[in-house]
Amino acid sequence: MNHTSALAGEEGYNFAFLDEQTKRMIRRAILKAVAIPGHQIPFGSREMPLSYGWGTGGIQLTAAVIGRDDTLKVIDQGADDTTNAVSIRGFFRRMTGVRTTERTDEATVVQTRHRIPETPLSEGQIIVYQVPIPEPLRWLEPRESETRKMHGLAEYGAMHVKLYEDIVRYGRIETAYDYPVLVNGRYLMRPSPIPKFDNPKMDRMPALQLFGAGREKRIYAVPPYTEVKSLDFEDHPFEVERWEQSCALCGSNDSFLDEIVTDDQGGHAFVCSDTDYCTRRRAAGHEGEGMPEGYLQPSEAAEVLHHPPSALRAPSPSGGRDSDLPPEGEGGAQRRKGDASSGTAFRAGLRP
Amino acid sequence: MYVAVKGGERAIANAHAWLAEERRGDPDVPELSIAQIREQQRLAVDRVMTEGSLYDPDLAALALKQARGDQVEAIFLLRAYRTTLPRFGSSLPLDTGGMCVRRRVSAIFKDVPGGQVLGPTFDYTHRLLDFALAAEGDPAPAPRADAPLAETLPGVIDVLNREGLIETEAASDNALPPPDLTREPLRFPAARAMRLQNLARGDEGFLLALGYSTQRGYGRNHPFAGEIRYGEVAVSFVPPELGFEIELGDIELTECQMVNQFAGSKNEPPQFTRGYGVSFGHGERKAMSMALVDRALRAAELGEETDSPAQDAEFVLYHSDNVEAQGFVQHLKLPHYVDFQSELNVVRGMRRAAAEAAEAALAEAAE
Repeated sequence: MNHTSALAGEEGYNFAFLDEQTKRMIRRAILKAVAIPGHQIPFGSREMPLSYGWGTGGIQLTAAVIGRDDTLKVIDQGADDTTNAVSIRGFFRRMTGVRTTERTDEATVVQTRHRIPETPLSEGQIIVYQVPIPEPLRWLEPRESETRKMHGLAEYGAMHVKLYEDIVRYGRIETAYDYPVLVNGRYLMRPSPIPKFDNPKMDRMPALQLFGAGREKRIYAVPPYTEVKSLDFEDHPFEVERWEQSCALCGSNDSFLDEIVTDDQGGHAFVCSDTDYCTRRRAAGHEGEGMPEGYLQPSEAAEVLHHPPSALRAPSPSGGRDSDLPPEGEGGAQRRKGDASSGTAFRAGLRP
Repeated sequence: MYVAVKGGERAIANAHAWLAEERRGDPDVPELSIAQIREQQRLAVDRVMTEGSLYDPDLAALALKQARGDQVEAIFLLRAYRTTLPRFGSSLPLDTGGMCVRRRVSAIFKDVPGGQVLGPTFDYTHRLLDFALAAEGDPAPAPRADAPLAETLPGVIDVLNREGLIETEAASDNALPPPDLTREPLRFPAARAMRLQNLARGDEGFLLALGYSTQRGYGRNHPFAGEIRYGEVAVSFVPPELGFEIELGDIELTECQMVNQFAGSKNEPPQFTRGYGVSFGHGERKAMSMALVDRALRAAELGEETDSPAQDAEFVLYHSDNVEAQGFVQHLKLPHYVDFQSELNVVRGMRRAAAEAAEAALAEAAE
């Protein structure tokens, strides 16, 4: 064993935190997952320094595939500035020193929770989903020993019955997120709690899709250009949600919109959940109807709360790299040991 | 407004700084040292080591200090550290019969070779707040026995089981490395070695409640405390390059052998069965709870009915880990507004459809 030791100590941690043996174990699980699209592969999930349920599966996947040349984007709810996204991005900044970005098209690895970016992903990119519960049949059958059998036999009738019962009861399928999909015509898969709005983006996506559930210790994958079909019925075809409103900031009427409560009088506005997409559209000159008078963006509100108005930062329309994080080097990319290039090499092998 | 969950690095850093201040408390009060926690909050340290799966009293004390005394948080800290440690190999099975005993009691035999040794226990203390403790001062020294205990006290059950009324535990094959739950995912059906490993790391409160439930009729297994012992036991290891056994040191351990009634099955005559529990340091409540649950989880292999929570291996083993549980429960603090928005859309749609239907029905009735 002459792999670089992952000993904690004065020299800090291994590149991307995990030791090389663990990365290998995870990569083997990824390869298996890619070979059997949609099938859940048990893996020796490690205890991470972040809490279970907060993205440990996704973090382990990212740690196993990331190399020095990568550019990482981390989003939560579609936004780069949600605290957990900031925290995970900060973790990788410290542990790898790699470049991070808010631009979807610049990233080579995108780790996400609850959304797929609006900007289409392309070949060579990897999207890593954080998965709380990987088993699509879990609410129908709590026992793992049973659900594994059901997958083995492709016995998915129970899920169809559940969807059918929705239609009988409500006249429509009431599942709004984590909407079940069939991958490559074989395995029923949970897309993680993304809104069903995002489901069509998974179908034949040119990028590699990796799913990590740390607490549940499962990895699964959808290789590039693989069919991902949302379950439906001939007379009740799958459909995604639409909004009557368009984004108040960029005017987009085909992106997923978050509803923002703007005052305590019940006023509300709709804005893109994908902050990068919205920023980019605005930079390209698109404009929405605007937010109600006097409304401050949360980040602006925070600024006002903590600083006198004179200290308000001008928003940077170019977005790009975070400016509120310590610059590279401070976290000590040089200090990181381990075979950072193997992540990149491993990924090159996975590219179509 | 979901302002709280949006925020930059600075908000996080400030929160951490505030946390550090809260941890310290009033700076006029002297700061706790790791040694003070290790020596004077020893049972907290023991629990953190047990559920953190790492025997290191100093690190466990540090974790407790860092976690402001929160046990689950301290266990999490210790586990996250443990995960980065390289594995040299597996120790030899501990010989708890060779334990240097500080306490040893049996509830099933009146007298046992070597005697009942009460040791330092809360049992039989009257739980009256001792206001004298509020003032500082050293306790009077405990009286010493005239003669030391025998060097070793062999296990009660093994000594007194000449009739073979109590099942004998088959030694596992030492040639095989034991499974490592922290390196391999849990799978079902889980072998007893895996189950015991899970229970040993499992949340004490969860196991206490489950063990208690078996006593109240949810999977009753007629337990008797065959033996509970606490003391120091040597850990030995055979380095592959040496090929012979060396002693790494002593650890403190609590072990519980529970003896349970068993009516017999088609293949087995009636006999007493056993449940096993163990913890680092002094952790009797944990070891006893674990032994009850271990026995409950053996229901299926003993041909008993398995209709109670404590007998359901998937239910018990998937939910026993407090680090996993605290994470998933508390992840509800993370923003879920995208999913909530999707649900809002669905509920609004359903309400609209219902309102339209009601209106149509009203119009029809009016005609």
